[in-house]
Formats: sequence, structure tokens, C-alpha cells
Amino acid sequence: MEVFSDPANIDVYVTGFLWILKLTVAATVGALVLGVLLAAMRVSPVPVLRGFGTAWVNIFRNTPLTLIIFFCYFGLYSTLGFSASDDIDRNNYWLGVIGLSVYTAAFVCEAIRSGINTVAAGQAEAARAIGMSFRQTLTIVILPQAGRAVIAPLGSIFIALAKNATIVGTIGLAETSNAMKDLINANGSAVVLIFLAFAGTFAVVLIPTGYGFGWLANRLAVKR
Amino acid sequence: MRITRLAATFGALTMALAVAACGGDDAGSSSSGSKGIVGKAESGKLVIGVKADQPGLGLQTGSTYSGFDIEIAKILAKGLGVDASGIEWKTTVSSNREPYIQQGQVDLVVATYTINDDRKKVVNFGGPYYIAGQDLLVPTASTITGPEQLAGKKVCSVSGSTPAKRIQTDYKDAKLQQFDSYSKCVTALAGGQVDAVTTDDIILAGYAAQEQYAGKFKVVGKPFSTEPYGIGLKKDDTAGCNKINDILKTAATDGSYKKAWDDTLGKSGKAAPELDVAKLTNCS
Amino acid sequence: MSTEAVLYDHPGPRAKMRNTILTVVFGLGLLALLYWIYRRFDEKGQWAGSLWKPFTQSSTWTDYILPGLGHTLAAAAVAMVLSLVFGILFAVGRLSDHWWLRIPAGAVVEFFRAVPLLLMMFFIFFGLPFLTHKPMSNFWAVVIALTLYNGSVLAEAFRAGVKSVPRGQSEAAYAVGMRKGQVMAEILIPQAARAMLPVIVSQLVVLVKDTALGYIISYSELLQLGVNNLSANFANVVQAAIVAALIYILINATLTYTAGWLSRRTRRGGKAPRAAGPVPAGLVQTGETAV
Repeated sequence: MEVFSDPANIDVYVTGFLWILKLTVAATVGALVLGVLLAAMRVSPVPVLRGFGTAWVNIFRNTPLTLIIFFCYFGLYSTLGFSASDDIDRNNYWLGVIGLSVYTAAFVCEAIRSGINTVAAGQAEAARAIGMSFRQTLTIVILPQAGRAVIAPLGSIFIALAKNATIVGTIGLAETSNAMKDLINANGSAVVLIFLAFAGTFAVVLIPTGYGFGWLANRLAVKR
Repeated sequence: MRITRLAATFGALTMALAVAACGGDDAGSSSSGSKGIVGKAESGKLVIGVKADQPGLGLQTGSTYSGFDIEIAKILAKGLGVDASGIEWKTTVSSNREPYIQQGQVDLVVATYTINDDRKKVVNFGGPYYIAGQDLLVPTASTITGPEQLAGKKVCSVSGSTPAKRIQTDYKDAKLQQFDSYSKCVTALAGGQVDAVTTDDIILAGYAAQEQYAGKFKVVGKPFSTEPYGIGLKKDDTAGCNKINDILKTAATDGSYKKAWDDTLGKSGKAAPELDVAKLTNCS
Repeated sequence: MSTEAVLYDHPGPRAKMRNTILTVVFGLGLLALLYWIYRRFDEKGQWAGSLWKPFTQSSTWTDYILPGLGHTLAAAAVAMVLSLVFGILFAVGRLSDHWWLRIPAGAVVEFFRAVPLLLMMFFIFFGLPFLTHKPMSNFWAVVIALTLYNGSVLAEAFRAGVKSVPRGQSEAAYAVGMRKGQVMAEILIPQAARAMLPVIVSQLVVLVKDTALGYIISYSELLQLGVNNLSANFANVVQAAIVAALIYILINATLTYTAGWLSRRTRRGGKAPRAAGPVPAGLVQTGETAV
């Protein structure tokens, strides 16, 4: 118990989780926006847009997030010169947000696409029959209904995002896994306690969230 | 359907176990146990932990390791009666050297391993076999001439290493970027994302000497710490530690230490240092 | 006919012109972006021949990349087999009628799905040896962490799969006098497994990607050997990473394609249970869908 009575250790613990929280929130927004755009691109009538969407999904779904975060630093920042801030931590944070968003957007896109397919074809046909354009069909008829069907997969994707945020630690951000590693190496005897503190926090937050999403999905499910 | 599935599962399990037998060899190396490394060496085998990504000191090229640390390790093994072919080399990184020793995954660690009091609490040290100093690697045109000028500048090091910790405690004004390997730090330096890379001077010299970086970097040349490189072994193995120090004393005088240097780091033109046997640890 | 196919009319002349304009504008924009990226890389000298030349030598491949790849696939394969065992065991446990089996199994599965994989790897590699006082090889740290995580995902997938088998099957089995164990082993699990085959293969994709975390605990997989060690020799970190990324994409795309092919095959087969909607309910919590 002495491990966590030392305020420096508590500080390490809290800082780690704050980074994860900030990363998750920002990347969720980014992934949602990007994912909806990508999904729209993939179902659009323009072949180049379709191709771009497909290429994006295939590249980013099949590459480990570790490499994507790496390229954010050494490609985006190093070579292309994108820099969000002079402060190292803030810069790495934003690079992490970009990496996470870009990676998760591919999964969001696929989830939305499968959601679009659960909407009865008759809906789209009727929309076309009364003369709606592609954009109108998508925004007024299809996406609202698809949205109700994708709550479950999206929930699971964003929970996975919260866990993947730990990988941003590979470019030096002091998030939870680095924090836990430092604490364990300094306090070998309290290993189980340290692990339970970190893992337990994740479990206590994420398990109810998962159940919450499931309940929401059931509440909003389209009854057929 | 069930029988085919069962057969497939068993087949997969067998294949997986065979693969595990090959891949799980990391766990196969036995610890030095209570006999210490002297006892372990009698079996003709030693597991030595070394660095794999530090040119000139411990670099893995293909399946062979080369560098000053490797040569020292070979001298030690020879002194313990183990031929170079009986050495199993294991890659270690800065953050797992103590765990590897404590858990017995390696018998010795010769991996630019700085002796310090924190580490002495958990492992024992023979040597030191070289005194390095923490220094800075900067672009040739840089105006940084010492760690005092790091305030507000970005400096890169490897997570968990002594140089990184020293920056965090002694030079808090500097902004520290941490990666898992020095190659990444040097790449970041080449790209201008960081202003300096900090670690021991001979490690920096090794990177600066790579042909792709020829002429781009310079080592500042003003070490601001002393980093005695030691041989790491188990905390309670006093006999082994004493034996190592004896081997080093012999190597200092019979020319093998000088040869180890000349064959590796000496190629950069720097002359071999003297191994000061008066500074060897007392192994308690 | 899927909704996706009916979202827009067959393009008339105005639509065709609009599509062409969009194609041209977007295409040019994309090309400009790619060209700009190429130029910036060029300015930093990333296309220099000396940095790419090592990849034309076969020794680079046989010394660093192929061994690293071998270790990646070895860890993924072993973890896959162990996860399958873990998954089936805990799925059956969670479906049990005995509360003393069901609740612990449920707790274990939910816990391991909620903990980040990197955290588990760090604990097993750095922390466990403090308890057992025995060495922990990085291979087994990677495999055990992967097994615990993916086994839990598979357990939930199996549970969802078993639940998606039409009720009539189990009712008929009980009607002819089978006990719970027999119903599970001979009726439910075989049918569920058939439908879960694509899920299993896509989890294999996740496994291969997650082995990449092994380099952080210096397991000698593709990123450790093929990027760190390789670039220490040739000073080409970015180039090595690009090659590694291409290899990963190739392998995972192949596996994903195999998963799709398998799912098409089993759907054509007569005995597979009907597809259980967009996503089986069991996969929602802390879940997956192969992220």
C-alpha cells in the first residue's frame, strides 16, 4: 500500500490516465468525422472517391497501430514538417490523436457501411423514386436509420480506441503503460497492486461502458 | 465433420507445439543458479546479454554480434574457460538489463552497462572496463557546447536509460523526447525534430561515424558525468565478480584489452584507454 | 439487393458530367498531395539510394526481415491455438447452468477484454517475475498476453455463435433425450464453430498486428529485427519501417481475404446458422470487430 501513499507515484498514475482520456476524446471525434466521410466516399457514385476510400481502409486496417504512430512522428512530423506545438508532450499528443483517428476511422467506415446495408433496400429505392439526390438520400433517409444499427459496433470500436491509446506511449508520451512500467521497475514488491490499480481502472471504466452501449443499442434497435 | 475437425485441431496443436519449441528457446536458457557463473561456465556455455543496435560497441549484423563490448565478453568467457563458440548472445535493451539478470535469463551483461548505486541494489558489478561520460551529439553547425545550454531545447534519449534519467533530474529545463532505440533518436536529430541526442560519448561516436551520417554530426566533447561501464551479474555472486575482476586485471597487461579496442572502436582513430585496475569494484 | 447498390440512380448526362468533374478535381487534388509528399521526403533525402539499397541485398532479408517475420508468425500461431482453447473453455463456462462456473468465467472474460494489451504485456514481462522469481521469456510474455486477450474475445464470439444457432436445434436435441453436455458438444458447438470461422481468421489478423507490440519488450519480431536492428546497421529507420508496413499489409490483406472467402463458403453450405444480424450482440461489450 505504501506505493500509492507516495504523492509522486499518484501523480504518475493520474498523469497517465489523463493522457489516455484526452487522447480518447480527441481521437473519437476525429475518427467519427473521418469515418463518416470515408463511408460516404465508399458508397458514392464517383469511382475515384470509392477507390480512395477502399485504399484507405485496406491500408490502415492492415497496418499495426504501432507502425502508424511511428509514421506519425517520423513521417508526418519529421519529414512532412507538421507540428502542432513546440512542447514535446503536446506535439506527441496531437501526433497520437492523428494516428489513432486515421486508424480507427477505417473501422468506423466499415461499421457504418455494414450499417447502411442493414437499412431495407426499399428505403433507398423509395427515396430515389421521389427524386432525392444521392446526398439527400444518404443524409435524410439512410444514415439516420443506419446510425441506430451501428451503435453496437461503434461502441466496441471506441472502447478498443481507449485501449489502443496506450500505444501512443511508443513515441514517449507518459501514458498508463509507461507509467505502470516505471512504477513496477521501481517498486518490484508491489507488482500485483500496481497492476490491479492500472488494469482495474480500465476495467471499472470500460466494462460498464460496454454494457451501456449494448443497452443503448437494444433500446434504439430498429424493430423489424 | 467432427472427426476431420478433431484431426485438424490436433494437427494444429502439434504444429504449434513444434513451433513453440523453436520459438520458446528464450525460456530454455538455464539460470546460473546458486553456483554462480564460475559453476555455469564449467558446462562450457554462457549466456551473455549485449546490445544489438550500438555501432562499435554492440551491433547485430546478420546473425553475428560485433563491437567492443562483444570483444570484452569474449575475453571474460575465455578467462572462465568458455570458448567463443559456447557463448549464447542475447539482445538486451536499456530497460530490461536488471530483470534479465535477476531472472537468470542471462549469466552476464556486457551492454554499455553503467554502474550506479540504484542498480547496485539489485545486481552485482564487475569492472569497470571502460569509463565513458555522458555527452551530447549535435548537428555540425549547432551552437550547443554543453548541457547548460539545453534549456528549452529538445534532447532525445532512450527510455529507462541513465542519461535520460539524468536529464530529467539535473537538467529539468531541457525538453526530453524518449524513444526505444538510439537509431530513432539519431534519425530525429537528422530530421531536426530534436536539437541533441544524449548518451555516453562512445555510443554517440559510434553513430556519428556511420557512413550515412558522415560529416553531419559532432560529439560536443565535454562529458558531464562519469559512466563506468561494468559487467552485470547476479547480486549474490561475489565469487564470480572477483573472478571477472581478475580476468580484467590480466587483460589490462597482456594486451588483449588493447586488441579488443583496436579491433573495434580503435578504428575511428582514438587510442586505446588504459584499464585502471585500481578502480575495479570490490564485489561486496 | 443490398442498400449500398441502390443509393443512386444510374447516372444521366448531368450526373455523368458532375461525376467526371468530381473525379478530375479530386483525382488532381490527390495526385498533388502525393506529389507534395514525395517532394518533402525527397528534400529530407529519404529516397536516397544508399538508404534503400540494403533492401536489394538478399542478406538483409535473410538476416533481419525474414527471421523477424518468422518470429511474428510463430507468436501469432501459438497464441491462436492457445486462444482457441481458452475461448472454447470459457465460452462453455459462461454458458453453464452452474452459477459457480458461469460467474467466474464471465468475470475473467470481461476483465481481460477491458485491459489494454500493452499493459498486460508489461505486467507479464516486468511484473510477474517479481512474483515467481523465475525468468519470463519475451516470447511467452507476448503469447500469454495475446492468449488472454484474444481468448476472451473468441470466448464471447463463441458464446454469441452458440446463441445464434436456431433454438429449434437444441429443443429437438433435448426432445430426443440428450443431456446438456451432449447438446453442447454435438449440436451447438460444431454449428457455431462453422459460422465463427471467419471471425477466427479475422482475429488472426488482429493477432498478427498485436505481435508488433512485442518489440517494446524486445521480442525479436519484425519490428525489433527488421526496423531497430536493421536500421542500426544501415541508418535507415524510415525506410525499414515502410518495408515492414508493406509486409504487414500484404500478410493481413491475405488473411482478411481468406476470412471473406471462408465466410462466403460457409454461407453457401447448407448447415450454417443464419447470420445473426450486423454484429452478434455478445461482441459489443469492451469489444472487438477486429480492431
